[in-house]
Amino acid sequence: MLELRNIKKYYNQGTVNELCLFDNFNLSIPDHQFVSVVGSNGSGKTSMLNLVCGSIAADGGQILVNGKDITGKKEFERHQSIGRVFQDPAKGTCPSMTILENMSIADHKGNCYGLRRGKNKGKAGQYQELLRSLNLGLEDKLEVKAGSLSGGQRQALALLMATMSPIEFLILDEHTAALDPKTAELVMELTGRIVKEKQVTTIMVTHNLRYAVEYGNRLLMMHQGAAVMDCAGEEKARLQAEDIFQAFHEISMGYGN
Amino acid sequence: MALILSVLEQGLIYGVMALGVYITYKILDFPDLTVDGSFPMGAAIAAVMISSGAHPLLTLFASFGAGALAGTATGLIHVKCRVRDLLSGIIMMTALYTVNLRITGKANVPLYHKVTIFENQMAGRLFGGALAPYGTLLLIATIAFGVKYLLDWYLGTHSGYLLRAVGDNNVFVTSMGVDKGMVKIVGLAISNGLVSLGGCLFAQQQRFFDSSMGTGTVVIGLASVIIGTSLLKKATLLRVTTSVMAGSVLYKACVALALRYMKVVNLQSKDLKLVTSVLFLFILLAAQERKKVKANA
Repeated sequence: MLELRNIKKYYNQGTVNELCLFDNFNLSIPDHQFVSVVGSNGSGKTSMLNLVCGSIAADGGQILVNGKDITGKKEFERHQSIGRVFQDPAKGTCPSMTILENMSIADHKGNCYGLRRGKNKGKAGQYQELLRSLNLGLEDKLEVKAGSLSGGQRQALALLMATMSPIEFLILDEHTAALDPKTAELVMELTGRIVKEKQVTTIMVTHNLRYAVEYGNRLLMMHQGAAVMDCAGEEKARLQAEDIFQAFHEISMGYGN
Repeated sequence: MALILSVLEQGLIYGVMALGVYITYKILDFPDLTVDGSFPMGAAIAAVMISSGAHPLLTLFASFGAGALAGTATGLIHVKCRVRDLLSGIIMMTALYTVNLRITGKANVPLYHKVTIFENQMAGRLFGGALAPYGTLLLIATIAFGVKYLLDWYLGTHSGYLLRAVGDNNVFVTSMGVDKGMVKIVGLAISNGLVSLGGCLFAQQQRFFDSSMGTGTVVIGLASVIIGTSLLKKATLLRVTTSVMAGSVLYKACVALALRYMKVVNLQSKDLKLVTSVLFLFILLAAQERKKVKANA
């Protein structure tokens, strides 16, 4: 259970450009929920993810995980139970290290990074199986540097690596936005499969309204730091892309966008 | 022959230092100037310990430890006080100048006729007879390659993987739930430990300590790393650490040749630093990748 309570967030505080993004923003996400978040630019989607992950600090309010306050925890501490995939495929892997080395680091997440050998021959077969499930032909490229892969391959690998270790939350920050339509489709299918398999609580920010409707069991539409639409379960299942497109259009029009 | 021998000896000693610079410059992507202080620091510790009759083997561990402390201090200044990387190195480099003088108590310590790591009963017995002229070189090579293999081993551990990851993509390290600041501090500690170890060996091979001997260390280190990693890039069979050591020997050879021909063109030994800088500039130019497409074509 993830809870955001009375979150306040200001940008450029104390200047003429002061902008209040969140004013008493509340959100709670029960375990195993897959939330898709849509909204126009500047609506607070990515800020919300950054607040959860600790990349930016809140100016007020609390963030709780299973009832425990994590507001004061550092970014890296929070990531011990969070897997995150960024919009930029380059952020999820280390370019000058091989796929095997990358996966070894990801597999070891949550444990102590000590002086044991990083490369575990016994695990290579297991990694190959995981890579085979991507259907991108990466299983034979364990010794290839991650930097030489294409954006789609890197993003798929990043997604795989983010979910290799046991995590409580998966944070997807427009993770298909930089990919071509076909690869984006593939990465989304993979996302759906992994989330279903691992039963991990997921927050996915996307600009693709169709993905938001097709995937997940809750939909959140953000506008100016508030959730203007929030439907889950049955209601979400009945939702059509046209409905939210209409809603999206209305909020954008209403504010002169 | 004597020239080749001294090039190899000094090249390998500076190679140990260059391995340290390789960690910060290439792996961590951190231009660390602490090196100019931690190299003479190792020498100062060697000088004091040798003068007071300590076992020369102990000087190796003591100087590594002291260098690691200096690196940790640079890391703390950078990570905890949020000082820019270049500036935190400069602060430590300046501070270490005094620290080194405090360690030795004077600006110059000669080490002639003392029991050093190269001149003791053990070394005399191991490298007696026909091997005697090469004793120092063999010992330096053993230590240098020992250090290289230790570093290779470390870079293959989980902790070493993180070190490589943090210079590559520090967002990724944070996503792995690891404090990237800590990883940087560990890297700086190991790096300066190696640099200090190089200084310790240098002082014992040259048989003196001088408070100003650190000036320009970083240039030598960078030149070695760049020669090693760029010019020997084609030699894929070599490990990068081996290339760095080879780069250091090559650099020393260049300087030795330059020194030899300086007299011919009427340059004096006081011109050495200028010659070194020009040499470094040429190395940088030679190492630059040839652009396949002209910028304004």
